[in-house]
Amino acid sequence: MAEKITLGKALNHGLRRALENDPKVVIMGEDVGKLGGVFRITDGLQKDFGEDRVIDTPLAEAGIVGTAVGLAIRGYRPVCEIQFDGFVFPAYNQIVAQVAKMFYRSKGKVRVPMVIRIPFGGGIGAVEHHSESPEAYFAHTPGLKVVTCSNPADAYTMIQQAIASDDPVVFFEPKRRYWEKGDVDLDAPLSGAYPLHAARVARPGTDATLLAYGPMVRVALDAAAAAAEDGRNLEVVDLRTLSPMDYPVIFESVKRTGRAVVVHEAPGNLGLGAELAARITEECFYSLEAPVLRVTGYDIPYPAARVEEDYLPDLDRLLDAVDRSFGW
Amino acid sequence: MAKGERKAGAVPPSGGGADAPAGGFVQLLTPDGEHLGSVTTADGTTYSVDFTDEEYRGLYRDLVTVRRLDAEATALQRQGELGLWASLLGQEAAQVGSGRALRPQDMAFPTYREHGVLYCRGIDPIMPFGLFRGVDQGGWDANEHKFNSYTIVIGSQTLHATGYAMGVTMDGKTGSPDGEAVIAYFGDGATSQGEVNESFVWSGVFNAPIVFFCQNNQYAISEPLERQTRIPLYNRAAGYGFPGIRIDGNDVLASYAVTRAALDNARNGQGPTLIEAYTYRMGAHTSSDDPTRYRIASEVESWKAKDPIARMRAFLAKQKVAGEDFFAEVDEAAKTLALDLRERVLAMPDPQPVTMFDHVYPHGSPELDEQRTAFTEYHASFEGSGH
Ligand SMILES: Cc1ncc(C[n+]2csc(CCOP(=O)(O)OP(=O)(O)O)c2C)c(N)n1
Repeated sequence: MAEKITLGKALNHGLRRALENDPKVVIMGEDVGKLGGVFRITDGLQKDFGEDRVIDTPLAEAGIVGTAVGLAIRGYRPVCEIQFDGFVFPAYNQIVAQVAKMFYRSKGKVRVPMVIRIPFGGGIGAVEHHSESPEAYFAHTPGLKVVTCSNPADAYTMIQQAIASDDPVVFFEPKRRYWEKGDVDLDAPLSGAYPLHAARVARPGTDATLLAYGPMVRVALDAAAAAAEDGRNLEVVDLRTLSPMDYPVIFESVKRTGRAVVVHEAPGNLGLGAELAARITEECFYSLEAPVLRVTGYDIPYPAARVEEDYLPDLDRLLDAVDRSFGW
Repeated sequence: MAKGERKAGAVPPSGGGADAPAGGFVQLLTPDGEHLGSVTTADGTTYSVDFTDEEYRGLYRDLVTVRRLDAEATALQRQGELGLWASLLGQEAAQVGSGRALRPQDMAFPTYREHGVLYCRGIDPIMPFGLFRGVDQGGWDANEHKFNSYTIVIGSQTLHATGYAMGVTMDGKTGSPDGEAVIAYFGDGATSQGEVNESFVWSGVFNAPIVFFCQNNQYAISEPLERQTRIPLYNRAAGYGFPGIRIDGNDVLASYAVTRAALDNARNGQGPTLIEAYTYRMGAHTSSDDPTRYRIASEVESWKAKDPIARMRAFLAKQKVAGEDFFAEVDEAAKTLALDLRERVLAMPDPQPVTMFDHVYPHGSPELDEQRTAFTEYHASFEGSGH
């Protein structure tokens, strides 16, 4: 039976189910216990699973991720919470130099199945370091898998799949969507769920493909709805997995529509949009009616909250790009 | 003392003789080869060893063997067979003493210099040669041998060790004499790293069953100890709420006795200990280093007089635990092992290039499969490429 719950609550349910199903799953991070995390994603979990399963840690990000590596070597499945995107960098060394490489370095003998949850992106009026989009740094690192959800149903299954995965997964949560509601079937078996490392057509269409992930999927869907009023039938692909990228789904769509517009909050320079544009050009060149266009954050540090609406890609910028694509 | 009641803070070592640093250290075997029997520190703990003659001889054999292997590696590096080597010369006692104090169930997290500990863990000593020759990045089975991969980024492994030790507690494998303990190795330079300090915080807060074993070999490449600290390193432990103790790092018996006691405390549920093994790196930092630029010959000479092997040999001879025949046999056996190693290193094949695509992800990835195929086809397109 599907219930209408928020994305944040869906994550909470997903974590709860992972804790129930596998005694080796432990959650660790700053304030994840009594407080339930600053976004309350771990709300109530310590109360029900105890302080050994839901561990309030000292305030040190390298420590959170580095000790999780040791726990994973020991056979646990740690789920680390990084409080905000801008605070992941003290742990960056552990993530890219240790987490990503342990399996390779040991010739496959040491696995570190762990999840690093990072609330990311802007749009909530926060102060500096609380609205960043660092996904490209991680997606660029072989050995890591990087995923992000855009709606409650995906949040619920993807967090469980990430925890069950033998890969180390960096799990980006679109914080501005934490409070958006959607239908989630809490009883559905995980075995039947859509695969973790697969993109999905969120809205079928025929005239152009919008490629989005995380917080921008909502913007892309809104843009597609608006464009429909002008008689344009846009397809929206929710990438879901950022590394590895699920190219077959993307190529199939773009070959069919002939146009692609990528949208993300992160700065455009060397971002995921650049990679997508290059790959689509290589693979779909003869199907393209226009160059792949990008709608992204500007190449500046995330600006003050009072002007973030001007920084963030929105419906109008996306529709403008669609217009440009059709004007080619 | 009851569980958790162990005195937190730095344990002032007692004495150590004329060769000790200010503040002293725990020493059981003097540079002259005199066995002091037992030592009691200011907190009332007594350290001693109770080896049979056979065990004393075994320790000596270990020391000589790892020095010989290390010398062979240095020679191989000079001959261009290894890209780099991080020598343990001078640090054999710290490594063999602590390495032999580990029980089979204990887990060790090394840096890149712990070839002596690796040897004590029963790993084929050829394993690190692969890393330094550039044919792989390690690749021994960490879980089987309870000795994790070498870690080159300074300090990172102390956090892995701490997390692993937390897992030991969560598994209920502490609080008994047969419990498990964890040891993390690092250098004096590493103590400046944030991650090492975070591992101290973590271990203290979670009372993790861990021993931090710092080999203070006086230098971090060219930077002397004074560039890392203005207090003795073992004193740092006090700030994190667990005991710190300094040992004569060139004394294999002190290294063994103190590490064993610290490991026992850890497995008994009494939490972490920081051991500072006061020693000296006799060679270069690595084969790329030129130590004559930053240290003087007389300093090296003064440490030569404290050589860990010479003093063990003097003790064995003086006590008639071993004679010339034994010393000659040990040298010969070490040499045989080293030459065998040399042969195997020279015969170490370069890996098949395509194997570089292996072990990126436990279950592979379609992207990588594609790249691997393209790579194979590309190389096959060259006539007689042999791939
Ligand atoms: C984070 C980091 N910075 C710099 C280096 C380069 N480096 C390698 S070894 C070393 C000195 C380490 O000194 P210490 O911790 O005392 O250990 P030792 O090599 O003396 O055993 C440095 C600076 C590194 N490996 N990692």
